[in-house]
Amino acid sequence: MNDQSRFFDEMYAGQSEARAPYASYAEWFDSEDLDDLRRKSTDAETFFRRTGITFNVYGQAEAEERLIPFDIVPRIISGREWSKLTRGIEQRVRAINAFLYDIYHRQEILRAGRVPKELIDRNEAFLPQMIGVEPPGGVYTHIVGTDLVRTGEDDFFVLEDNARTPSGVSYMLENRETMLQMFPELFSRIKVQPVGNYPTSLRRSLAACAPTACDGDPTVAVLTPGIHNSAYFEHAFLADQMGVELVEGHDLRVVDGRIAMRTTEGYKPIDVIYRRVDDDFLDPLNFNPDSMLGVPGIMDVYRAGGITIANAPGTGISDDKAIYSYMPDIVEFYTGEKAILQNVPTWRCSEKDSLKYVLDNLPELVVKEVHGSGGYGMLVGPAASKKEIAEFRKKLEAKPGNYIAQPTLALSTCPILTAKGLAPRHVDLRPFALMSPDRITLTPGGLTRVALKAGSLVVNSSQGGGTKDTWVLEE
Amino acid sequence: MLGKTAGGLFWLFRYLERSENTARLIETGFRIALTRPAGADDEWQSVLQTAAVDQLYRAKHGDVDQAKAIDFLLRDTDNPSSVMSSIAAARQNARLTRTALTREVWEAINEAYMALKYTLARPIAPKHLPEVLATVRQHSGLVRGAMHGTMLRNDIFDFCRLGTFLERADNTARILDVKYYVLLPSVTQIGSSLDNVQWETILRAVAGSRAYRWLTQGEITPRGIADFLIFDGRMPRSLRFTVRKIATNLAYLEENYGQRHPCHDQIDILAAQLRHGTIEDVFEEGLHEFLTDFLNNLGHLGGEIERDYRFLG
Repeated sequence: MNDQSRFFDEMYAGQSEARAPYASYAEWFDSEDLDDLRRKSTDAETFFRRTGITFNVYGQAEAEERLIPFDIVPRIISGREWSKLTRGIEQRVRAINAFLYDIYHRQEILRAGRVPKELIDRNEAFLPQMIGVEPPGGVYTHIVGTDLVRTGEDDFFVLEDNARTPSGVSYMLENRETMLQMFPELFSRIKVQPVGNYPTSLRRSLAACAPTACDGDPTVAVLTPGIHNSAYFEHAFLADQMGVELVEGHDLRVVDGRIAMRTTEGYKPIDVIYRRVDDDFLDPLNFNPDSMLGVPGIMDVYRAGGITIANAPGTGISDDKAIYSYMPDIVEFYTGEKAILQNVPTWRCSEKDSLKYVLDNLPELVVKEVHGSGGYGMLVGPAASKKEIAEFRKKLEAKPGNYIAQPTLALSTCPILTAKGLAPRHVDLRPFALMSPDRITLTPGGLTRVALKAGSLVVNSSQGGGTKDTWVLEE
Repeated sequence: MLGKTAGGLFWLFRYLERSENTARLIETGFRIALTRPAGADDEWQSVLQTAAVDQLYRAKHGDVDQAKAIDFLLRDTDNPSSVMSSIAAARQNARLTRTALTREVWEAINEAYMALKYTLARPIAPKHLPEVLATVRQHSGLVRGAMHGTMLRNDIFDFCRLGTFLERADNTARILDVKYYVLLPSVTQIGSSLDNVQWETILRAVAGSRAYRWLTQGEITPRGIADFLIFDGRMPRSLRFTVRKIATNLAYLEENYGQRHPCHDQIDILAAQLRHGTIEDVFEEGLHEFLTDFLNNLGHLGGEIERDYRFLG
């Protein structure tokens, strides 16, 4: 058993009295019958199954649909904490967007020597096809999901910037929907900021980035790889909530210099495509020629201003974990301000001294692939066996440039409901920011992921994590 | 609307209708087996034939046997028209067209799938069969109810209805065709005791037993049954009714989109035949020939709708 007092608990913080943001909730919780609450917990699962909120797990049978476990104890953030996060995320999103514009144009930041040139040049996520392209409205990162972790009362860190195709927002919305259905009384007792406007904001934000070829009301569509994709539910959900079409590559073709979808009345042009297909699969003519998921020629239409692609191709470079390590410099370079949100200290294994340090301290560190995501291919030193560490050491020595390492953070905990009552589990937070030419909109809340195993620091749903509703209180 | 979505809705409701029809066929076969055990194997043969899976069945099981036939029609995923396969295909299409469905309709379909997947995970003993078949019908009814209560009356609705009625017309025509010989006037003239039970099964298979009695004060004649199932516009599973519905929904699409397609010409011809035809003409032409023509025309119409509304490309 881990010594839980090492970790900051967001509800109790080591005291018997709940912290202020949780005070009303704790009072309500103490007056409730535990058996009733556990029954509600089962109800929630039935609710999710019925609504079909499932995800497909890679590497398992295609038809396998799983639920992400949902915990009924909300994760609560005060209005004051949230405003600081908001400012920090907005600053960071603005900086990332400016960085992307720069590296695909004049590359000032490389000339200034603030980010090493080879980090861009030899990066698979850097798309030469995007050099000199003006994305409509100057926006690259229409949707960003910033992964945050907390280690103390005032200590928030950015763990990852997800500017490629962040997922999980459907859980933010459905988790709230579930809580509203199950505990209506809580919402009259505690003033929680609503998250339900997200789909409307998303549609508005995407429409505001319509390309020059668009005349009239912009037609928006969501592009999905298809029904077998792990996040298909989310793609369908967002299209449904926005009231736009959900398309696949084979529904689309280039017609008169526009991307058009095959409708019952013939081909109709699309103005903005919210794609949930990776860059590499977007266009078999310009990228991976074997891709069946994309649209042949879409990049040419894009470069000619015939369509907006959100997020813009090539944004993935800012998710790179080696680039991440330069984020404080990037923020300062483009905004002229110090970064409001802290970065986690990061060792770049491509650097000789860092590599040595990392190799000497593997059991204490978290090592990640620079291009990795979803919790795949990473080593959590303190949780790994000797054998796992030895195997990872070999991979690391073979290709050090592929890895970065970070200290194992003392992630905050938040209680979940277990058979024996409340028990602390580690959590992270992914708020979602929307960027349009004139503003950044942050929905008050986000996706709280929670490691369901006691002591575990891995919160990814693909690795057995669950989710919680995230409450941001009115100030 | 996307062509793919239109196709998905069309097939979603075809499969849903099919699951209900197959359940009703099983019920009919089971009933015959209970009341006339001697004729049971023949009845299962004609049930398999009606469901157009008799060859598939023989390839897998050989001789017709009640327990195997029921399992094949109900649960077997090697049979693409089994109740389980149909519900799974309906749900798959529903996932594909999720954005065109209301939350209520989607949840009703998803629940039908989950309930049947659970119920049909193991073979069904005869004593549980009536209850299981009732569950299939109930879930189909719930989806239909959610659809009528919550969906906009627009092109989405039209494609759903087209799938329903095309499948239903096909089903009724098949039931009649597989049993056409017991309805021929010559047979009754000979006075063979071939027999009320056969006629009864036809009516049961289309849930028309009570309605027929109600309309005819109980007088069951082969001519009367054929007339009822082909030409009675009040009977929701008759050919006239289902074709009229297909015509209406295609007309809505024509008006809505302002586009007339070859399918509109085809349905007009088919609808006129059923509007003006009489049972005497049909028997004169030959019931089997009439039904064969009808099934062919229906098949062509389905293909034409698929092309005209760009389901595939």
